[in-house]
Amino acid sequence: MDNLNNLMQGFADVVAPMNLLLALVGVVIGTAVGVLPGIGPAMTVALLLPVTYGMEPVQAFIMFAGIFYGGMYGGSTTSILLNTPGESSSVVTAIEGNKMAKAGRASQALATAAIGSFVAGTIGTLLLVLVTPFVVDFAVSLGAPDYFALMLLSFVAVTSVLGASRLRGLVSLLLGLTVGLVGIDAVSGQQRLTLGIPQLADGIDVVVVAVGIFAVGEALWVAAHLRRRPAEIIPVGRPWLGKSDWKRSWKPWLRGTLFGFPFGALPAGGAEIPTFLSYATEKRLTKHPEEFGKGAIEGVAGPEAANNASAAGTLVPMLAIGLPTNATAAVMLAAFQSYGIQPGPLLFARESSLVWVLIASLFVGNLLLLLLNLPLAPAWAKLLRIPRPYLYAGILFFASMGAYAVNAQPLDLFLLLILGLLGFAMRRFGLPVLPLIVGVILGPRAELQGRRSLQLSGGELSGLVGGPVSYAVYTVIALVLLWPLVRRFVPRPLSREGVRA
Amino acid sequence: MTVLVGYVPSPEGEAALRAGIDEARLRGEKLLVLNTSRGDALVDPRFAQEPELAHVREDLAALGVDFDVRQVLGGDAAEEIVALAERAEVSLVVIGLRRRSAVGKLIMGSAAQQILLDAGCPVLAVKAAA
Repeated sequence: MDNLNNLMQGFADVVAPMNLLLALVGVVIGTAVGVLPGIGPAMTVALLLPVTYGMEPVQAFIMFAGIFYGGMYGGSTTSILLNTPGESSSVVTAIEGNKMAKAGRASQALATAAIGSFVAGTIGTLLLVLVTPFVVDFAVSLGAPDYFALMLLSFVAVTSVLGASRLRGLVSLLLGLTVGLVGIDAVSGQQRLTLGIPQLADGIDVVVVAVGIFAVGEALWVAAHLRRRPAEIIPVGRPWLGKSDWKRSWKPWLRGTLFGFPFGALPAGGAEIPTFLSYATEKRLTKHPEEFGKGAIEGVAGPEAANNASAAGTLVPMLAIGLPTNATAAVMLAAFQSYGIQPGPLLFARESSLVWVLIASLFVGNLLLLLLNLPLAPAWAKLLRIPRPYLYAGILFFASMGAYAVNAQPLDLFLLLILGLLGFAMRRFGLPVLPLIVGVILGPRAELQGRRSLQLSGGELSGLVGGPVSYAVYTVIALVLLWPLVRRFVPRPLSREGVRA
Repeated sequence: MTVLVGYVPSPEGEAALRAGIDEARLRGEKLLVLNTSRGDALVDPRFAQEPELAHVREDLAALGVDFDVRQVLGGDAAEEIVALAERAEVSLVVIGLRRRSAVGKLIMGSAAQQILLDAGCPVLAVKAAA
């Protein structure tokens, strides 16, 4: 009941006019960046982070939460109308959604995506309220070795579960860890990788890294591939659902939610895997198998619900343990740190009002998004007509301003450029960006926990294996790492079926 | 010699195409239909998609006009038309005009105005059928 009271208090705080306005600003920006391919919520939060330094942390997080949820809504619009996913989480939506739109059912596809996102977002946020206190209770009992193990798991999962190539994931992670190392060692006071530049002694600010890799890297990439044939956008009226569409949509919404939430909460679960799973499930369970591949509404409803539920799920480990499972959560974690708030189990005790306002703002933002997206989807699609030079000029402006505002140091602008070139090179050679960001943000914290455990054990390596939790986590890590070897040497007929499904 | 039509999939563009066809038949010249986009936005409604171009080709073939349809990516519509008019032995440029406010012209400029001023040959500007 205590949590419920806290949540109610959170609602009371959110409905203050200024907070409502910020929630609205957040969801509007979120939807816009969701609609535009290549610009995602992670980049946006990183860009806006320095802008919010003048605000209360609570207000900044209300806005970020709106951006996070809004990105999930907006991505579907582009997927359905343009057949180009606005976000990686809406890749699957494009499969059936664009077919529906071509068959003249764009309004139904947009409607089932928006309402499904609302249903899933609401249920997911409720689950977040119910589950997080238990995770917090569990997390409080964890010691330094357990945290170290969990962060290692996060590294391994983010490099080997996501993306096509483990090697590329690992390269990206190592780049991130290296950037995270720059600065004065907190234990021995030694300078590491500072190249004799005094400004580097404080380390490279996460905001500079995130903005450089996401914003500058993407802008350079787009500049290198500027001219392309404009695609055809399917004209659409006001989204609506007929009776039979409702009937066919509500079950996929609920099933998608069930897939999305747990995957969002797992390290490196993200939104991509549950959307694929949801699509595959709907394809198997549908009563209209002949429509799949030609525009089945279930194939839009399920994955769209899954990606919004996973967004809610992502917040569980971020708030309760301080583990980010996707890029946006990673940047939000950096935001917490830049406000001097330490994420982790103590967050709920120390900053309880902030957490509950954040959660309440998710409910409010979700409702605002439904109101914004259902009638206005065709208007959002007009954003795609903006010439990209204008768009990216604006992004570069915000990027440079943000990077400079962090420490008011000209050196940060050079770092921004170097990191932007790195981001461009990573896109050029197909390296995923997420492991780098996770490495930069979690690397120093993993080091802290690892060395703390070693100090406690007096340098004995056995100190890294603390209790049952770390045993279990190391087992999972070993399984994840050994899985490809096992699969290579133990040929099983089952695995072929797994690929097909 | 050729008649060059700046084509856009819109009522103005269609009107320009009709006028261009009439002129080409009257003069007994070839018809060159040009459609352009800067190609820097993901969606450009002024860029004709394949079905629309196919439709134009069908119409022209049915009317028995000697024609060529080209699409160019990259430049400004006005610059492309003026440049092509100089290169391709063009006797007449036909463009469609749409109603623009004074402020709109001030901010965004006007492709039609640029063509009228810069083209080295006569320009025929038509409005969409009311």
